[in-house]
Amino acid sequence: MNMSKLESILKGRSSQPHQLIEVLHDVQDSYGYIPEEAMREISVFLGVPLIEVYRVASFYKAFKLKPSGKYVITICNGTACHVRGSQLLLDQVASQLGIKHGEVTEDGLFSIEHVNCLGACALGPIASENGSYHHKMTPAKLRKFINSLSRQEKEEVKHA
Amino acid sequence: MPKLASKEDLEAMGRQLLSKRQKMTKTLILCGDTACKAAQAQEVIDAVNKELLAQEVDSTVHLRVTGCHGFCEQGPVAVIEPGNVFYCHITPEDAHDIVTKTMQNGEVIERLLYADPISGEKIRTESEIPFYKAQDRQLLSQNKEVNPCSIEDYIAIGGYTALAKAIESLSPEEIIHEIKVSGLRGRGGGGFPTGRKWAECYEAPGDEKYVICNADEGDPGAYMDRCLLEGNPYLVLEGMMIGAYAIGATKGYIYVRNEYPLAVKHARLAVEQARKFGLLGEDILGSSFSFDVDVARGGGAFVCGESTALMASLEGKVGEPRAKDVHTVVDGLWHKPTTLNNVETWANIPSIILNGASWFASKGTRGSKGTKILALTGRIKNTGLVEVAMGTPIRDIVFDIGGGATDGKAIKAVQTGGPSGGCLPVDKFDLPIDFDVLYEAGSMVGSGGMVVMDESSCMVDVAKYFLTFLQDESCGMCVPCRLGIDRMLEIITDITEGRGTPEQIDLLEELADTVTQASLCGLGKTAANPVLSTLRYFREEYEAHIKSHQCPAGVCKALIEYSIDPERCTGCGRCIRACIHGAISGEKKEPHVINPELCQKCGICRGECKQEAILVK
Repeated sequence: MNMSKLESILKGRSSQPHQLIEVLHDVQDSYGYIPEEAMREISVFLGVPLIEVYRVASFYKAFKLKPSGKYVITICNGTACHVRGSQLLLDQVASQLGIKHGEVTEDGLFSIEHVNCLGACALGPIASENGSYHHKMTPAKLRKFINSLSRQEKEEVKHA
Repeated sequence: MPKLASKEDLEAMGRQLLSKRQKMTKTLILCGDTACKAAQAQEVIDAVNKELLAQEVDSTVHLRVTGCHGFCEQGPVAVIEPGNVFYCHITPEDAHDIVTKTMQNGEVIERLLYADPISGEKIRTESEIPFYKAQDRQLLSQNKEVNPCSIEDYIAIGGYTALAKAIESLSPEEIIHEIKVSGLRGRGGGGFPTGRKWAECYEAPGDEKYVICNADEGDPGAYMDRCLLEGNPYLVLEGMMIGAYAIGATKGYIYVRNEYPLAVKHARLAVEQARKFGLLGEDILGSSFSFDVDVARGGGAFVCGESTALMASLEGKVGEPRAKDVHTVVDGLWHKPTTLNNVETWANIPSIILNGASWFASKGTRGSKGTKILALTGRIKNTGLVEVAMGTPIRDIVFDIGGGATDGKAIKAVQTGGPSGGCLPVDKFDLPIDFDVLYEAGSMVGSGGMVVMDESSCMVDVAKYFLTFLQDESCGMCVPCRLGIDRMLEIITDITEGRGTPEQIDLLEELADTVTQASLCGLGKTAANPVLSTLRYFREEYEAHIKSHQCPAGVCKALIEYSIDPERCTGCGRCIRACIHGAISGEKKEPHVINPELCQKCGICRGECKQEAILVK
């Protein structure tokens, strides 16, 4: 784990326990998840017991304790998306990739997340890929989209 | 940039910015909100910018990228001033025509106009569109006037003059009195009178007090707070400043959902700019009032919408609520007196100060004043954000503004108030949007989510959806909520899977009562509402599941069978390719068949079939 990023995140926040959640957000933004080493460092630096750091990191949905895939496919399961068939999208993506939500494909390329609401309810159902939103999704559009990402990945491997 | 040192400074700057703005004769207002961006708005913005430069009109045509215009369904949308011309479903390819024809020559492009879904007639201006015509857009209309990254835009339209008026000519008592008389009630869900909250916090002993803006909009299906904070963060901030001055707070926090990255960005920018202009910091506008704001990101926990849990989270702790024996207005953030209001509540403050309490109270009903922003979504034509005067009947919102059902299906219910609210059937659509009326009807206004459901939604499944959500989101601290929701979900699952018994309905009602009475915080106290309201108005659907093992809407998988109508099937093969379970087979141009052993009843084939040949029974 590259510690320099963590050092710059923690800078100026020494012994400020109330900064814990903001620090965890920054760590996740930089590393993609919350590594155990980072939790240990944070604990010492902010003066929060390690068990409390872990408790907070595991309580909030925003924090992941394991790395995600290269492409994070997020399906919004808000009420408006639900009544417009977001469950179909979850079924589609789970069976296409052979993983459940919260898991990563063996090749580390994809992971599936679902979220309570992305706030673009009027255009639901919404699927997002690494934070870019796709509106009025259908299982067929999603299947093609994931296939295109896989193809793109294979091309990159070929040219690498 | 010298800091603004007085009310006169601010007004002079406002006049100067306004005249500069008026020199630009033509303005193209493009929506750059998250929802429009999901529909490629960023690509449109880039293309328009490129055209403006290429055609060398970037000095006469003002491009303003703004927050949400409301009519998200038609996104990306644009309004052209002067003329109020409204364009919808814009693509990057349209940029050339928009700049050449409309911006340069004043020509209206027919293909980009909104077509009335009933008459098919093209409508030229925004104000003539039925979706907008029936609204009263006090807060949302400001979005169009302001680039959310430019404090100058906000000052040009009179921004921060309410703050200036408050600190120069009103005492804290007078402001609190004004808010009390206005009848403003909390827009986040509870509907608590805002003026009373402020008065209690003002009177609470202590020199250190806080104000908090709750932007942790956790209700799935509601996004008005995102749009206000994304589209006009200055307005929310101005409301907070006035509140802080009134109660005597020197520090404020905006607690915003991390799932709203644009709202986080714009809120931070607004705070930074306000500091730069001297509107936050020491001795604001030459007065003795000092105040500063920090933006904190939420962790994605629904329970943090509850005030005590939110405050725990701001302190860097797990978001668990506590008993409110002593209210947060006395013992809040770091045990100091704290006033917490929702985004929309704060956004209402500046106009009350400027226009007076009686102006605000002239709209609405006896117990619910002003306007309310609603997120109109689900199975209707015109989805988006709407703002109406309190007291507007649900029917007007769903049919006049929302345009009624999609696909010719009959509308069955509207779900209001998020997971704490309930489902109201069509025969209750004459009820007005009013805190007390909707509460008595078994639902609530809540934060303003309105999800419309038609005959393709199963109400037992809807109850199950909310219980699943709440089970996941319950913090687990108190037993009635943690276990009560679990048990209710077990029963509902039994019902949706054909194992339900009539006695279970009684047990469900008993459990609902216990969870409501005995839970610690608002999440648990209202968790049974989706169950109770569906039982109250759609009991026959529960009975159909239990007695005849049928799901009338064809949603509950254990109770339905998929088959293909051989008369309608043309043998095109689309469903075979779409089926992820390999359950469909058949020769080309011959009717296909579904193997019930392999079929997982996911419904993907149904969406694919152009002939509507997939039957669900």
